[in-house]
Amino acid sequence: MVNVTINGKQIHVKEGTTILEAAASADIFIPTLCYLKDINEIGACRVCVVEVEGCAKLVTACNNKVQEGMVIHTNSPKVRESRRNNVELILSQHDCQCAICVRSGNCTLQTIANDLGICELPFEKDVPKNSWPQDFPLIRDAAKCVKCMRCVQVCDKIQGLNIWDIAGTGSRTTVDVSKNRKIQESGCALCGQCITHCPVGALRERDDIQKVLDALADPEKITVVQVAPAVRAAWGEAFGLSREFATVKRLVSALRQMGFDYIFDTNFSADLTIMEEGSEFLEKLKNKENEKFPMFTSCCPGWVRFMKSQYPDMVDQLSSAKSPQQMFGAVAKTYYAKLLDVDPSRIYCVSIMPCIAKKHECAIPVMNDAGAGQDVDVVLTTREVDRLIRAEHIIPAKLEEEEFDMPLGMGSGAGVIFGATGGVMEAALRSAYYLVTGRNPDPDSFSKVRGMEGWKEAEFNLAGQTLKVAVASGLANTRKLMEAIRKGKVSYHFVEIMACPGGCAGGGGQPIKDGKEQAQERCEVLYGLDKVNHLRFSHENPAVQKCYQDYLEAPLSHLAHKLLHTDHHAWLMPGEPGGE
Amino acid sequence: MSRLSIITQSKAQTTVEELYKDLERRISASPSGLCPVDLAASFLKMCHAQSCGKCVPCRVGLGQLQKLMESVLDGEGTLETIDLIEKTAKNIFYSADCAIGYETARMVLKGIKGFRDDFEEHVLRGRCKMELNQPVPCVSQCPAGVDIPGYIALVAEGRYGDAVRLIRKDNPMPAVCGLICEHPCEVRCRRTMMDDPVNIRGLKRFAVDHAGDVPLPVPAVATGKRVAVIGGGPGGISAAYYLSLMGHDVTILEQRKKLGGMLRYGIPNYRLPREVLDREIEQLLSVGIKVKTGVTVGENPSITDLRKEYDAVYIAIGAHIDRKIGIEGEDAKGVISAVELLRGIGDGEMPDFSGKDIVVIGGGNVAMDVARTAVRLGAKRLRIAYRRRSVDMTAMPEEVAGAVEEGCELLDLHAPLRIEKHPDGSVAALWVKPQIIGPVKNGRPVPLDSAQDEVRLDCDMVIVAIGQGIESKEFEKHGIPVKRGVIEALNWSGVNAKDVTGVFAGGDCVTGPATVIRAIAAGKVAAANIDEYLGFKHTISADVEIPAVSLGDRKSCARVNMKERQPSERAKDFELIECGMTCEEAKQEAQRCLRCDHFGFGILRGGRTEKW
Repeated sequence: MVNVTINGKQIHVKEGTTILEAAASADIFIPTLCYLKDINEIGACRVCVVEVEGCAKLVTACNNKVQEGMVIHTNSPKVRESRRNNVELILSQHDCQCAICVRSGNCTLQTIANDLGICELPFEKDVPKNSWPQDFPLIRDAAKCVKCMRCVQVCDKIQGLNIWDIAGTGSRTTVDVSKNRKIQESGCALCGQCITHCPVGALRERDDIQKVLDALADPEKITVVQVAPAVRAAWGEAFGLSREFATVKRLVSALRQMGFDYIFDTNFSADLTIMEEGSEFLEKLKNKENEKFPMFTSCCPGWVRFMKSQYPDMVDQLSSAKSPQQMFGAVAKTYYAKLLDVDPSRIYCVSIMPCIAKKHECAIPVMNDAGAGQDVDVVLTTREVDRLIRAEHIIPAKLEEEEFDMPLGMGSGAGVIFGATGGVMEAALRSAYYLVTGRNPDPDSFSKVRGMEGWKEAEFNLAGQTLKVAVASGLANTRKLMEAIRKGKVSYHFVEIMACPGGCAGGGGQPIKDGKEQAQERCEVLYGLDKVNHLRFSHENPAVQKCYQDYLEAPLSHLAHKLLHTDHHAWLMPGEPGGE
Repeated sequence: MSRLSIITQSKAQTTVEELYKDLERRISASPSGLCPVDLAASFLKMCHAQSCGKCVPCRVGLGQLQKLMESVLDGEGTLETIDLIEKTAKNIFYSADCAIGYETARMVLKGIKGFRDDFEEHVLRGRCKMELNQPVPCVSQCPAGVDIPGYIALVAEGRYGDAVRLIRKDNPMPAVCGLICEHPCEVRCRRTMMDDPVNIRGLKRFAVDHAGDVPLPVPAVATGKRVAVIGGGPGGISAAYYLSLMGHDVTILEQRKKLGGMLRYGIPNYRLPREVLDREIEQLLSVGIKVKTGVTVGENPSITDLRKEYDAVYIAIGAHIDRKIGIEGEDAKGVISAVELLRGIGDGEMPDFSGKDIVVIGGGNVAMDVARTAVRLGAKRLRIAYRRRSVDMTAMPEEVAGAVEEGCELLDLHAPLRIEKHPDGSVAALWVKPQIIGPVKNGRPVPLDSAQDEVRLDCDMVIVAIGQGIESKEFEKHGIPVKRGVIEALNWSGVNAKDVTGVFAGGDCVTGPATVIRAIAAGKVAAANIDEYLGFKHTISADVEIPAVSLGDRKSCARVNMKERQPSERAKDFELIECGMTCEEAKQEAQRCLRCDHFGFGILRGGRTEKW
């Protein structure tokens, strides 16, 4: 233990504690901007400087450890002046048009500047110019970047993709796509983790709200919206609603107030995915000798992009099943159009996703199997739908609970856990067990694949044969797993990958709270919803059963193949062979 | 009123003079990887401030050049902007009245020529091609990438054994390098911005001198793969050492009687005592390296034979053959090459030069080594004849100064012409032609014949020290590619040999005569790639915890330089010249390190590579 004095308070902390943590343990707050625990402790912004008696120079609290007998002042005149000056310098190069920034009200720089009471700047504004392809799903605004380097570090350390790097030196140092590439030429998975870890509005999703508003305003259009599983665990965070209050039924109510014609649940198509992907997997198991294992899930478009750019030779091992989002779009514009007895081209399909990569996925040219334009017309992230709620002046705290529309609003507990790491695997195993044995397992018998670890393994007995499965989330973990598979160090039958740590719950399109990882809490919400759902198995979803009965015939039928499966080779990622 | 007055410097002038010194030191400590266009623009701005403002090209032109360069840097320029910069700089070069103007323009033109692609990158893609890869200046300059801030911090804490273990992770020869490394690490030391670079080599020596016996790591499980290393110099030994740690069965094939290469057959005992060298080599061999001395690889065994017997071969034969000077009388009795002399001494043959008048030809470190060796062997008079000025000598300045202190006379600006023989064929004199220093080409001044008459240097012996060549012929015959006398190897030390695979090469025989640390680095690179070639991915690491940084202020403190024994005393024997630091000095010097592994860019990019 080490004894230190901070602002006159005697504090005992463990050796190796940073000044920042030591201060926090005594309820002394030191502002930080660039700091991101364990990921970015580089002391770049110099906002967290403190005075240590005996040192003439100020010391950063975030990355320096306490030493025995240290006497620290976090608000001495020198600290006060220097901290304020540094924030003023950062602001002089920051496009402070807060009124038109998506992060206004949720911006660390704004909070620090407001806290310090900075009302005017002594410096000339010198905002860097911005140039970025505005149609790319991920938008970077150089004029807002504070060069905290968090995006670089998150992409390097958590996602292992090294898309960002520091560019230039001296006064023009900034962050840009690494190796002098353009973002479109890079292997960016579009996971969006750089966005959710950006302290300001320099990184954001492409805003597609206007497209949705235009569709809602068009009397010819029938607007159909789907809500992804993980969205329900997070949408209320931006309004300070409790998780208990911010139910998906209240989100349904908000969407109905906005004027959507039909409000459906992606859980429905998650169940459909299990039927297709599960059957595909069982077919492969039957034909073991001629198939390559493991089979990989294909629900996560960030993962699919990663696989295609990093391991192009293994793409054939991806399940050919479309993601739930795309299955929903294809069903909405065929089966459901038929039920409504309308021309499918009148249907405008919107999806609410916790994800940036979904914006790319819906626009892949071959995702048009229903024959009425793109199967999914537009994707809004959870953050965008939150902004839409605000734009519509809906009072979230006053929302009543309302039901999804039917039949595509029917989803099982197996469907809802698609939003958590391990959830797709668990849902698939529940139904695979049934499909092989003809009877249901205990729905919780595959819970070994739950939890926040980055790489989980489990073995299950499926009617006498041992099934080896693995689940990974986060792309750096994924790379480790892929390398191990490649080297033959591990072998599995079935592998689930989600690009974002914790799965979609921690998705790059989810609400942001600086410094707090919320995936785990959100996953708990999803598992809670599974537990209370009277349907725990995808194959028992009556709406799915009816869809097969009346329209698709059976899993892997000709029509199911046409609508619910895709050729992953039909489009190319940068770095994938066959490109120009 | 006075007609004349004494000029005294104002406070402002004195301060500016100090700032000039600060800037000089600052420039010499520039990190690598900076944007060259940004730097050129900054230099331009400083040069413009030097303008008196009288003439148009300098007053206006340099300012316009700055604006154009800024537009390139801001990504607003076009390819035409670059052309306009070039055109305007040429005009300034031709029409400026004084050097302040035309020399600035010349610098701009040099930049456009030297890194035009970088100008274009800024224009076409709005960014720079340069990348800051290794953020710690000393580590980035060390060919072997030794964790310098790490071991200096360990020395400061008195953990000398850990310091040695940490060094050995990247450089297995800390005792040798502590004495004779050319310390490129010190060139860009950030401490220079404050006062002087840290005496890194001195601290390494101190760590070795005070560590006692530091056991080597235990080799990995035997792989059953056999590797032959041709040449037992520092590069070959390093490769053999790391490969052995990786579990491979390594045999060094050495042409001479003993291992060490140029360390033994090139560097005199007074710089690197044999017992230090022997101890270090012996310890490294103890990891299980086999040695065959007296084996010349060439005809028998040939490289092809070796490849049959071993799974991979590393060629590290160094550069050991002398170059002829090509003047009349070179065949006279009493003309010897530096290589010949030092090789004999390496094997313990000490000639007697008592009473002899000797002239050494050359200006490199080897010339100084033979001159000082000859003095120790009893030479009556020793002169060093060199074509250029003494400041242009390639030998390290301290080596030149040491030679002079020991009584060697520098005859700079004297080019050798011919050797006059006595009737019995022995050397009578060296004739030299006085030179006048001429234009600077590729950074070095060219000497030209002056109008002065030829000079006769009466002498008994001439020692030629004008560089070494590589014995590559036999290798070339067996399909190893050789270009301009050196073996061609790729940057990962692989050799594209005609009929054989698994052949690697590195060190002096690939680069031409260079430094011990570059040979060691080549051995390290080769070891990693041979391991990979053999189908493994062993890693080398040192389990040493690096001390935390101290937050105390960095107070001004000049560098501790190494002391040497008195010239009159040391010139009489072959004992080590250099004295190590005292404990007090080492502690102070180690604390001068600014810990660039933690502060600045180091903490962002990671200050150290823990394994390779």
